[in-house]
Amino acid sequence: MTERFAPPPARGCSTTPVLKERGQHEVFCGLTGIIWLHRKMQDAFFLVIGSRTCAHLLQSAAGVMIFAEPRFATAILEETDLAGMADAQKELDRVVHELLERRPDIRQLFLVGSCPSEVIKLDLANAAERMSAEFAPRVRVLSYSGSGIETTFTQGEDACLAAMVPVLPASDERQLLLVGALPDVVEEQAVGLLEAMGVGPIRVLPAPVRNAEYGVGPNTVYALTQPFLTDTHEALSRRGARHLPAPFPFGEEGTTAWLWAVAQEFGVDAETFARVTEKPRARARKAIAQASENLRGKSVFFFPDSQLELPLARFLTRECGMHAIEVGAPFIHRAVMGPELDLLAEGPVIAEGQDVDRQLDRARAARPDLVVCGLGLANPLEAEGMTTKWAIELVFTPVHFYEQAGDLAGLFSRPLRRRGLLKLEAAE
Amino acid sequence: MKLTVWTYEGPPHVGAMRVATAMKGLHYVLHAPQGDTYADLLFTMIERRNHRPPVTYTTFQARDLGSDTAGLFKTACIEAHDRYQPEAMIVGASCTAELIQDDPGGLAETLGLPVPVIALELPSYQRKENFGADETFFQIVKALARPMERTPNVTANLIGPTALGFRHRDDITEVTRLLADMGIGVNVVAPYGARPACIKAMGAAHFNVLMYPETAETAARWMERELGQPFTKVVPIGVGATRDFVAEVAAITGRNVILDESRLRLPWYSESVDSTYLTGKRVFLFGDGTHVAACARIARDEMGFEVVGMGCYNREQARTIRALAKDFGVEPLITDDYLEVERRIEELAPELILGTQMERHIGKRLGIPCAVISAPVHVQDFPARYAPQMGIEGANVIFDTWVHPLVMGLEEHLLTMFREDFEFHDEAGASHHGHKAKLRDIEPAAIDADTVAPDGGSAPAPSAPPRGISEPEKQGTSSIEVVWLPCAEKELKKIPFFVRGKARRNTENYASERGVNRISVDTLYEAKAHYAR
Repeated sequence: MTERFAPPPARGCSTTPVLKERGQHEVFCGLTGIIWLHRKMQDAFFLVIGSRTCAHLLQSAAGVMIFAEPRFATAILEETDLAGMADAQKELDRVVHELLERRPDIRQLFLVGSCPSEVIKLDLANAAERMSAEFAPRVRVLSYSGSGIETTFTQGEDACLAAMVPVLPASDERQLLLVGALPDVVEEQAVGLLEAMGVGPIRVLPAPVRNAEYGVGPNTVYALTQPFLTDTHEALSRRGARHLPAPFPFGEEGTTAWLWAVAQEFGVDAETFARVTEKPRARARKAIAQASENLRGKSVFFFPDSQLELPLARFLTRECGMHAIEVGAPFIHRAVMGPELDLLAEGPVIAEGQDVDRQLDRARAARPDLVVCGLGLANPLEAEGMTTKWAIELVFTPVHFYEQAGDLAGLFSRPLRRRGLLKLEAAE
Repeated sequence: MKLTVWTYEGPPHVGAMRVATAMKGLHYVLHAPQGDTYADLLFTMIERRNHRPPVTYTTFQARDLGSDTAGLFKTACIEAHDRYQPEAMIVGASCTAELIQDDPGGLAETLGLPVPVIALELPSYQRKENFGADETFFQIVKALARPMERTPNVTANLIGPTALGFRHRDDITEVTRLLADMGIGVNVVAPYGARPACIKAMGAAHFNVLMYPETAETAARWMERELGQPFTKVVPIGVGATRDFVAEVAAITGRNVILDESRLRLPWYSESVDSTYLTGKRVFLFGDGTHVAACARIARDEMGFEVVGMGCYNREQARTIRALAKDFGVEPLITDDYLEVERRIEELAPELILGTQMERHIGKRLGIPCAVISAPVHVQDFPARYAPQMGIEGANVIFDTWVHPLVMGLEEHLLTMFREDFEFHDEAGASHHGHKAKLRDIEPAAIDADTVAPDGGSAPAPSAPPRGISEPEKQGTSSIEVVWLPCAEKELKKIPFFVRGKARRNTENYASERGVNRISVDTLYEAKAHYAR
C-alpha cells in the first residue's frame, strides 16, 4: 500500500542521538489542554485548583472563549488556604458544592492540579474519591495534574484521559478504540472510513458524554490519533488493551499508513482498503500539491511545543518537499514515536527539552525559511526577519486525515506566501 | 478559595514584567515553573512587541523540587547576566516559587554580580498585577535614584506608563506636548522607555507628573520625600482635568498657564445640536480607579450624560471611587468579580457602558452599547493610529470613541418617526447596519455590540441565555405580580426596541408602586407621563 510514496529512508532518525537540553522552557503548561478538552466533553467541568496565575493563563489562552460561559474555572488559593491542609480540603468541598449546585447539568468533574496545589501537596486524588462517593451516581469526580512542573501543553490532555482509563468498566468485547480528542468533523471522517472497510465497533476516547462510555479489556485494540498520549497508552495497556503502532494521520501518507495499521488488525483485504481510500487519497494528494507549492525546497525549524513536531516534520519533508533543520519536541516517547522516526530521513537535529536562548542561537545561525514556534517567540522572530508559523493553531485547527491534508500544508505555506506578498519598502 | 473564571488583574509578577518590559537595559530573573512563560505572549501578541520581554524564567520542574531549585536560580541569574549584560537586574518569585521558599534576593546577593540586583517581594496570594507594577517601579527608583542638582531649565519626570498599559504610548506624547507648550522639558519618562541610567538621573527633574497612580504612586511619594520633588495630583484626562492639570503645573513651577486649545474639538462637538440627544443618557462606568474617576467627570460635565453607577476593580483606588461616587450620588461598586458587575449593570439598565474588555462583553450580551476606557484590554485597544486618552487630542479621541456606539441623534429621530415603516420597523435595528441587526431578537447572545450598536436601549430582558457557574438568583423586581393586558403588550411593541426595555421596566415599577396588577394602555401612558424628563 505504500507504492505511491517515497520509500522509507535507508536510515531514519530512530538511531539519531537526541540533543537533550535543560534550561528555560518557552512552553505552556498542561492546564491549557482544558481549553479544547472541555469543548469535546460536553458534560464535563474542569476545576483548576491553583493561583491567580493559573486563572490568568487560562484567560489568556482561551482568549475570547472565556466570555462564552465555558465549563472551566479556577479555585484560586488564598493566603488562608496555605496555612493548614485540613482547611484546604474543606474549602475545596465548599467550592465544589457551590459549583455543582449552580451547574446541575455537570456529570463529570475534573479536579485539575496545578503547580501551587502540587507543591503544597494538596491531595486531589483523595478529594476526588471522597466527592465521587458523595455525589454518585449523578456526578463522577476525577483528578489529574496539569501543572507546569509535571506537564507540557498537550500532556494535559494525556493526563486527563489517563485518569479516565482506570474507571472505564471492564469488557471483553472485540472493539477498536480511537484515542485522542479530535475536532468532530475529523472524528466523523475517521470513523466513516473505517466503517466503510467493515471495521467496528468503533469507540472514541474521550467520549462526548459520560453515559456514552464503554468498557475496555483484553479484546480492545486502540490506535492513537495524537502523539502526546503516552500515559494514556500505558494506562490502556495496563487494562489489557493492545496498541496498534502506526505513524500519525497527518498528510496522505500518514493517514494511509495509520488506516492500514488498523485495517490489517481487522483483516481488511487490500482490495477493500484500496476501494475505500482511493478517492480521498487522490483528493488529499491534489490538495497537498497545490497548497505546498511554495514549500518545496524550503527549510523548517521546529521549537518544542506540542509533541506534534516529529509527525509534522515527517509530513512536511516527505509530502511537501521541505527539509528539516531541527525538530524540537518537549518529550519524545520511543515506543509511540518509533514509526515516525523511521520515516523521517536522517539529517535534522532531534532535540528534546529546551534551553530557549541556546535554541534561538541555533535558529539564528541556521536562518531557516520557516520557524514553527509559540506566540511568545513568533513576533520577535518576525521582527528579526524570519518567517514563523505559530504552533498552537496546529492543536486547535482540524488538521488530521485526508480531507484536512491540504489545509495542513496551507497553514505552513500561508506565512511564506504573505511574506512574498507584502511590499512595505518604498518603491525605488 | 475563590471560584473564578475571569480576572481583571493578573498576578503581581505580571505587574513586575510590565515594568521590566517597558524599560531597556534591565533584566528580570523570575523563579517560576515551566508554563509561566505564557505571560510573554501578552506582550508579544496583545501589545505586538517586536522583542521578547527581558525575562528569564528558571523553569523548575517536579524532579528539581527535592534537590536544588536554589542552584537552578543562581545559574539562571549568572547566565542571564552574561548573555544580556543588563545595567541592572530585578529578581523575584512567582506564586509557586513563593511556596518553595527559596529567597531570590538573598541568593542573587551571594553571586556578587557587577550590576545592581534589586529584590522584589510580591505577595502573590494577597496582591495583584497593579500592585506588582507599582511596587517594582518603587523598588527600582528607591535603589537607583539619588538627590542631585536640578536641571537649569524647568523639567519634569513622567512617571507611571508601563508595557501593556491602556494607551500609555500615546499619552506620553500628549503630556510631553502639554508641558512643552509651557516651556517645560521632560527629564525622564519611566518606566516606559527608561534605562536604569535614566532612573539614576530622575533626581534632576523639578517635579514629577504622576500619569497613572496605579503604577507609580508609591514611587512618586518616595521621590517627594527623598528627592524633594512635588508630584501632580490631577490626571489630565478630559477637558476640565487637562485645564486643571495645566493650572497645577503652573502653580508648581511658577510658570504661566498656557494651553493651546486650537486643536481641541470636544467642547464644540458636545455643544453642537446633533449632540442634544446625548443629554441625560444613563451611563455606567467600571475599570481601574484612575480612568473611571476621570471618565465620570467627562461623562457628566463634558458630555451631559447621567452617571448612574461607577466602580473599580483595584482596591488600591477604592477610597477615591467611594468619595467620587458619593459626590455623584451613586452607589460605588468595588469588586473584582465580573458577575457582580454584570448584576449591577442588569439592575441599573444603563444606556451606555464605559468599561473594560469584560464590560464590553457584558454589554454585548445585554444589548447595551459599550466603549472601552480602561485595562484589561484586548489587542484592538493597542491601535496603530495615534489614540491618546490624555490632553487635548485625548479629549477628541474620547468624544469619538464614546459616541460611536450610539446611533446619531438624527438617526434616532428617524427611527422613531418611521417605526412602522418596513425598513425601520422595530425589529430592523440600527439602520446603518442593515439586516445584520435583525439578529438581535433571534439570538441576543450572538450580537456584536461593536458592529450592531443601537442607541439608547436599556437592557432588553434577555430571553434566558445559557448562564454560567454563578447564575445569580433571579431578582424579584416587584413585590406584586404584574400582568400585561394584550392591548398594552401590543402598544409596547410600537415603542422602538432600543427603549422598549426601559419602558417596560418603568411601567412595571409604576404599576407595582401603585398596587396596579393589570397594565392597560392607559397605565403605559400614565407611566410614560410620570417618568417624562
